[in-house]
Amino acid sequence: MKRIISITLAAVMLSFVAALFASCGSSYDGEINVYNWAEYVADGSSDTIDIISKFEEEYNIKVNYTTYETNEELYNMLKSSNSSYDVVFPSDYMVEKLKNEKLIKKLDLSKIPNQKKIIDRFKNMDFDKGNNYSVPYSWNVTGLVYNKTMVKGKPDSWESLWNKSLKGSILMFNNSRDAYAIAMQLCGINPESFTKADIDKATEKLKEQKPLLKKYVMDQTFTEMENNQSAIAPYYAGDIYTMMTNNDDLVGVLPEEGSNLFVDSMCVPESAENVEGAYKFINFMTDPENSAANMDYITYASPVEGAKELIDKDVAESELVYPPDSYLDKCYTFRDVDEDVYSYMQEQFVKLMS
Amino acid sequence: MRLKRPTIPYIIWMAVFTVIPIVLILLYSFTDRTGSFSFEPLVKAVGYTNVFLNSIWIAFISTVICLVLSYPLAYFMSRLKRSTQNLITMLIMIPMWMNFLLRIYAWVTLLQNNGPIDTMLSLLGIHTQLIGNQGAVIVGMVYEYLPFMVLPLYTVMSKIDYQLIEASEDLGANMFVTMRKVVIPLSVPGIISGVTMVFVPSASTFLVAQYLGGTNDIMIGDVIDKIFWSDRNTGSAIALILMVAILFFLIILNFFGDEEAIAT
Repeated sequence: MKRIISITLAAVMLSFVAALFASCGSSYDGEINVYNWAEYVADGSSDTIDIISKFEEEYNIKVNYTTYETNEELYNMLKSSNSSYDVVFPSDYMVEKLKNEKLIKKLDLSKIPNQKKIIDRFKNMDFDKGNNYSVPYSWNVTGLVYNKTMVKGKPDSWESLWNKSLKGSILMFNNSRDAYAIAMQLCGINPESFTKADIDKATEKLKEQKPLLKKYVMDQTFTEMENNQSAIAPYYAGDIYTMMTNNDDLVGVLPEEGSNLFVDSMCVPESAENVEGAYKFINFMTDPENSAANMDYITYASPVEGAKELIDKDVAESELVYPPDSYLDKCYTFRDVDEDVYSYMQEQFVKLMS
Repeated sequence: MRLKRPTIPYIIWMAVFTVIPIVLILLYSFTDRTGSFSFEPLVKAVGYTNVFLNSIWIAFISTVICLVLSYPLAYFMSRLKRSTQNLITMLIMIPMWMNFLLRIYAWVTLLQNNGPIDTMLSLLGIHTQLIGNQGAVIVGMVYEYLPFMVLPLYTVMSKIDYQLIEASEDLGANMFVTMRKVVIPLSVPGIISGVTMVFVPSASTFLVAQYLGGTNDIMIGDVIDKIFWSDRNTGSAIALILMVAILFFLIILNFFGDEEAIAT
């Protein structure tokens, strides 16, 4: 009996190995390595299109898709690992940093014809003047979400996160950039460029807030707010939209001071091995129809002309996902800051929490 | 002793995955961003002393609770029928097959406001905040690491010859005296490896405090996680101090038992 089991097991294992080799010998014309944020392209779940398979079928190029959680993780991979990626999705300030450190390639825009369809506002942004290094993929702003059964009145300012009457049920970003940006706005400092002295001022502001907080969180904001555990939180407006569809008591607002307009872009790292494949992929993702499919899935806004008309009507009409131009004029976009200043901010943030 | 050929792969493995990383951590701890020699990372790391102390305190409490809970359990287990012993071992092991994060999420759901435990307590007229404090972090830790205490204790105790206990009883010792004079001394190796296996990982763990704790319950593992991306020198220095602290702890433990127990 034992022998039969072991023979069967060996056969099963061998067939796995065989299957592995078989898949290597497939008929793709090439492959690209895409390194992206987790859950950032439509994957076929809940009525969306599986964008990656669609690309593979259309171009006969295999996509090896891996994900990261933070811009800093992406930076470290590009800077110090030997892995080669063909397309990456850094945010605004990280595009600038990667560009300055020559970790991403100058793009040949003639190979990405769809780049012309990028809306003017998202062309020529400060982090990449001339759009020579990046093609915008998605954009959105930060906002406030509150539970109308727990908060009296209508909070419309970041100052509501310092509201003493909500003590113990306020959440705050557990990420130094976003947390400091809010504190800096309230201190009258421009979050696009700041010094160590500015950081100290903002730290004082955050220290005032700490005793009122329930927690510093990121992804947990979803469960905290959707399950009525906390009263008010700052988060990314597109995600606030998602929370609101899951709990009718939640309300999203754009703070009157303006907020952080963030743009995630597609870039080609210096280590890329299949640059032509990368251009095809970027061009494919910048097609209005495909962009719309992705944005339907992630509920952030598309920078592609004509995509807004193709996405779910409720999403397109939401001021959270597509804030009006007049609001965007009040927003700022992160820039690369000196490494010394950045790590000082990170250090002060960790000290604040300890 | 001459090296035998079959040991070579293990030596290469240890060199690549243990020795070189430790050397790198040492190197980073004593250099600044530009790569020149500096004590700055260590000085910065010392700035997190309160977090170190907090982590060691939480790990200590969790270890004590694990030990108190596991000791009687392991003892009674070792006295049961063989098949029942196996069943209980299985039941202790099964939660470990589940992903660590899922188990922490489960605790978040259990402890949250209007969650099952809170609802039950409210019915009894008790209104407290169960989550977002140090207590919740300790509950999570104990749950997480309890099997690591039970299993080594149980292994040692099931090897204790029952005739020794009978002999002690024949000589007129009651249960407590038998425990103190026979069972506990014989189970010291199990206690030491259990304590090591709970204390060391819980002192350096991360995410548990982020999910179950409040604004003040950051642990040293979380600090390393946050700092390392922006400043790997300070991150390494913190890791180095933690390693030294754990080493110090193991040396103290060493005084209580024979060396073989610590190696496990």
